Amino acid sequence: MRYYAFFVAGWLLLIGCLGIVRSRNLVHAVAALSVCQSGTYVLLLAVGFQWKAVAPVFGNTLPTNTPVVDPVVQAMTLTDVVVGATVTALLLAMAVQIAKRQRTVDPDELSALEG
Amino acid sequence: MTRRARFSLFLAGASCFAVLLVLAVLGLPGFGTTRHQYRDHAVAAAIGHGTANVVSAVNFDQRGIDTLGEESILLGSVVGAAALLRPARREQDHAPAGGGSVLEATRLAGYVVLAVTLLLGIDLIAHGHLTPGGGFQGGVVLATGLHLLYVAGRYPALARLRPLASFEVGEGLGAAAFAGLGVAGMAVAGSFLANVLPSGSFGDLLSAGSVPLLNVAVGVEVACGTVILLAKFLEQAITITGP
Repeated sequence: MRYYAFFVAGWLLLIGCLGIVRSRNLVHAVAALSVCQSGTYVLLLAVGFQWKAVAPVFGNTLPTNTPVVDPVVQAMTLTDVVVGATVTALLLAMAVQIAKRQRTVDPDELSALEG
Repeated sequence: MTRRARFSLFLAGASCFAVLLVLAVLGLPGFGTTRHQYRDHAVAAAIGHGTANVVSAVNFDQRGIDTLGEESILLGSVVGAAALLRPARREQDHAPAGGGSVLEATRLAGYVVLAVTLLLGIDLIAHGHLTPGGGFQGGVVLATGLHLLYVAGRYPALARLRPLASFEVGEGLGAAAFAGLGVAGMAVAGSFLANVLPSGSFGDLLSAGSVPLLNVAVGVEVACGTVILLAKFLEQAITITGP
């Protein structure tokens, strides 16, 4: 239990890579890459977690000496999510172009370099 | 490389990685402990600048320059995706055929939820320094909320309410406003993105110095960028036909 969340993060990364390796469809490969990225979210949030601590948002009701979880890794996770979304958008745009030019989205059928 | 060889190579690499990962994790201090030094410093700095949402303080005050980089990645990726998704020479961009039929109830729900979602997006941006949320989250809510018009069955209505040229300007203005606030910090306090505005009183709408302004800049940029991105994908699906 002490390390459970870290192992979940590693497992997500590996299962996502497995998805990319075995992919027969570029859109599926992009989704598998998103699974890899969610492993990094779990890792970051697990690093900052503390039992019985609350979210790092103080208000008038929450005194400022209440224990909170680490906000630094949460901010990094936000960056991670944004970058992940932009990468997904770019890759999907490429998949659209490949589907139009090559008439296939199976990575195994894309062998020739073009340019 | 055959699929089988590739899979075997992956299994070999992944099992080595898994062993190294387990060894590495067993050396970590464990999960959920009370020792978080970055947290202690970040919380103290956020309270010093009167920012109730410490995550916003980290993003827009303490690590502001990283957020500028993050925002530039977003801008670059929207430009890249728009370039990749423009109609090819052989393709035609035509007006879509009349929309399919949508249930009246779906249409009504779409319009009602549209108003609520836009309000929620503005609320997320405006209170980003006080409650969970901020420019990135609110911007995405605004942009996707606008596309409820499409879910409600009207691509022409969406296309009318979404003059892409002004969203392109808006995206650039959002990014420029962020950089401009950074330069203003440099001019007044001598360091880029310095939080020079008065901090106000903790928990008020007007507090946290420049954090709410940066939130608005990011919100405008993210909303406009996401609208452009979704518009390009929708064009590919709806109005562009191949040769």
